[in-house]
Amino acid sequence: MEKERQNKKPILEVHHVSIWFTRYDQGIRRSSLPVIRDLSLTVEPGEVVAVVGASGSGKSLLAHGILGILPYNSHMEGEILYGGEPLTKERAEKLRGNGLALIPQGVTYLDPLMKVGAQLTRGRKDEKTKERCRQVLEKYGLGPETADLYPFELSGGMARRVLIASAVMDEPRLIIADEPTPGLDARAAGRILGHFRELAETGAGMLFITHDLELALTIADRVVVFYAGETIEEARAEDFQDEGRLRHPFTRALFRAMPSHGFAPIRGSQPYPGTVSSGCPFAGQCEAGRKECGEADRIPVQRVRGGLVRCLYPEKEETV
Amino acid sequence: MTERHWNRRAGTLLFLVLAILVLAGITAAGIFLEEEAAVTDFSRTNLAPGAEFWFGTDWMGRDMFARTIAGLSLSIRIGLLTAAVSAAAALVLGTMAATLGRRADSAISWCIDLVMGIPHILLVMLISIACGRGFAGVVAGVSLSHWPSLARVIRGEVLQLKNAPYILVEEKLGVSKLQVACRHMLPHLFPQFLTGLILLFPHAILHEASVTFLGFGLSSEQPAIGVILSESMQYLTTGRWWLALFPGLSLVLVVVLFALLGERARYLLDPASAHE
Amino acid sequence: MRHRLLFTAKKLLRMGLLLLGVSIVTFLLMSASPLDPLQTNVGQAALGTMSQEQVERLEAYWGMDTPPLERYAGWLTDLLCGDMGTSLLYRQPVTSVIWQRLSSSLLLLLSAWVISGVLGLLLGVAAGVWRGRWPDKLIRGWCLLLSSSPAFWLAILLLLVFSVWLGWLPAGLSVPIGMESSLVTAGDRLRHAILPAVTLSITGVSNIALHTREKMVDVLESDYILFARARGESMGSIVWRHGLRGISLPAITLQFGSVSEIIGGSVLVEQVFSYPGLGQAAVTAGLGSDLPLLMGITLITSAIVFGGNLAADLLYGAVDPKIRRRAAK
Repeated sequence: MEKERQNKKPILEVHHVSIWFTRYDQGIRRSSLPVIRDLSLTVEPGEVVAVVGASGSGKSLLAHGILGILPYNSHMEGEILYGGEPLTKERAEKLRGNGLALIPQGVTYLDPLMKVGAQLTRGRKDEKTKERCRQVLEKYGLGPETADLYPFELSGGMARRVLIASAVMDEPRLIIADEPTPGLDARAAGRILGHFRELAETGAGMLFITHDLELALTIADRVVVFYAGETIEEARAEDFQDEGRLRHPFTRALFRAMPSHGFAPIRGSQPYPGTVSSGCPFAGQCEAGRKECGEADRIPVQRVRGGLVRCLYPEKEETV
Repeated sequence: MTERHWNRRAGTLLFLVLAILVLAGITAAGIFLEEEAAVTDFSRTNLAPGAEFWFGTDWMGRDMFARTIAGLSLSIRIGLLTAAVSAAAALVLGTMAATLGRRADSAISWCIDLVMGIPHILLVMLISIACGRGFAGVVAGVSLSHWPSLARVIRGEVLQLKNAPYILVEEKLGVSKLQVACRHMLPHLFPQFLTGLILLFPHAILHEASVTFLGFGLSSEQPAIGVILSESMQYLTTGRWWLALFPGLSLVLVVVLFALLGERARYLLDPASAHE
Repeated sequence: MRHRLLFTAKKLLRMGLLLLGVSIVTFLLMSASPLDPLQTNVGQAALGTMSQEQVERLEAYWGMDTPPLERYAGWLTDLLCGDMGTSLLYRQPVTSVIWQRLSSSLLLLLSAWVISGVLGLLLGVAAGVWRGRWPDKLIRGWCLLLSSSPAFWLAILLLLVFSVWLGWLPAGLSVPIGMESSLVTAGDRLRHAILPAVTLSITGVSNIALHTREKMVDVLESDYILFARARGESMGSIVWRHGLRGISLPAITLQFGSVSEIIGGSVLVEQVFSYPGLGQAAVTAGLGSDLPLLMGITLITSAIVFGGNLAADLLYGAVDPKIRRRAAK
């Protein structure tokens, strides 16, 4: 299976992407705040890649950046390829909705004054679209009467399924799910994640953005760990079976913080994106941190044991 | 970060200071020019605007510039007075509605609806008539008709504060009501109140001018903008456009200045803008 | 459905009580007035030459010899029979004066209400969509200028430009001076109503535009607009399908809430253009202490304002899916 995956061309490649927020003060002065720095990841067909990071670490902006719907006061650098071709703003605009879909967080992402059906069909009234709408609703266990409901008439779980249905209306090749499960109980969340897995089985690539590592590990093939706007490790899901196989001190701390692995709290707090200008953002909290960690201009990414890690002194493989 | 931020706030502050200075200057100059505004001189009647008389002169040879400035000064002073009275009434009634129970609330809300149901200008007219028109009439009319919207805002604000968790905790802890009101409610209420007050000025000034224009306000001996414009009506068809254009335009500028003042003050007093 | 009917009934009852309040307030204010109607209408000099008997007759005519409470009670009982009394200045039943005046004002009021509503909505939407860019700045500056200008001065300005300088439109009245009323055509009436209507429309725009803009900005910043963009909807489709839907409810409140402002503006504008409408009658009645007429006008205008509020509430119920769905159950 590993071999088969390597033969496929990735659907999404993100190379060294940074996202800044720009502010104008009194029309003259301009200040930029880097929220995401030097981020790279790839998603292949049939694969679920999880991006795990704390709330407020700029994860959602990654989704918006790929979709080309960043707010007007921000700008992005770096390269994004979709199906091997550069994903320009114009191309993203064309692909949104049919090649590229977003599953947002909750019911607030549905127009409160518009019926579900009209939101799914995006105003197209032809029979084919209507039929497709019925199909996708049915696929997620929602009857055709759901199309006639307003968002406020949906339960939390139903709303989540409507959002998924809306994403798969046009069978996209890449689906980005941005924290799609908060507020759901474990069983409902599990069902939703099951749907994601199904989508990957049909050949779509799936980028799953979440703050919940444990949840991510239940469906992800690979996990990208996000810290203060930077990717610090990319690991296979299997690596998380054993702390010793993980590469970055923060990832290990995250591992130990999982309820099933001791629930050990992580010392200190994550710096806000944009406040760290040099060195490793984790340096202040790192138990293995050395002087150079805080001083180095840029911490390079290195390949260690088949994964990527952004650390000057990656953890050695050990059996714990 | 902090330095840049300070700059932006400093710019706003600078604007506020300048605007207040300009308005204060007009007010003072108007009081100073009041006598000159009344001087009639039949050797210089109906002059078009020029180097000597910037705003021209009227049919009695009065200097329109002096009259306009004196009128603006009067308008600003009446505006300050009426807006202050209105805002005070709004504060008292809004707080009462929010704190004195459901009966008081529905009674005050009913009054608010009542006052808002009568078209503003008609209400000011009626109150002015009740006070025998003139200065007292226009002040009472404008003061007593402009409080409802701000009272509503304050009522909502106090209600929200009253049920805020941290206030409820303080009350549970036995902190006296007065102390809670002074320490926690006032600091929240004050910015709302102040911006509400400043934003009342434009309305107050415009309504004073309107009611005076209709003949229910200041008497024709006073150099009010409403009087000036009302008199100018007779001379428009004979081509004396300056009698109406400049006094009106000056009034608009003063009102714009007040409106901008309110907008900027809101920005400065809004705690959220400190974190932008 | 029963719920909606109950709601309407409650609102109507409240409206009735408010109107009663309006009439009491108006009456109290008028009877508190120190102004002597005889002196204002007949004149000091004329009064001096009259006999005691004549003066008493005049006082009786102006209702000065009846105690206020009795006078109000009489007025109220008459009102319940559909009689609003007789106008002291026009010497006609108040109902017929109001009817005449209102029918000529209605053209102004309605056209200004519709034009300012539509224009305000369009400008507000445009400013919201282009927030922070030049169309927004232009519209906001324009609105600031308009809302800072007294309506009567705008009227004077338009009169100066279009009647005095350009001579395109008549300066006043609703019909040409000296023409037999049978000869007045609809076109004449329309020509005389253009300037007042335009002034009124302009003054009403800024409030609606600024509020609509604020709401539009809120809507466009919402999560569901972000998701609509992520689904590939174009900006035009977003504004058309989601934006306008999102501002529809506040727009109803704004549009019907502007009724009071338009009527207030009409008082000033009609005065400038000597347009014989309800507003001008109100000023005449006020200056001449014509109590029955002023009571009638205040009552009618308030009823229109409250009616507007009621219409907004009912329309809200028809548009808001939450209320509609609950009513259907």
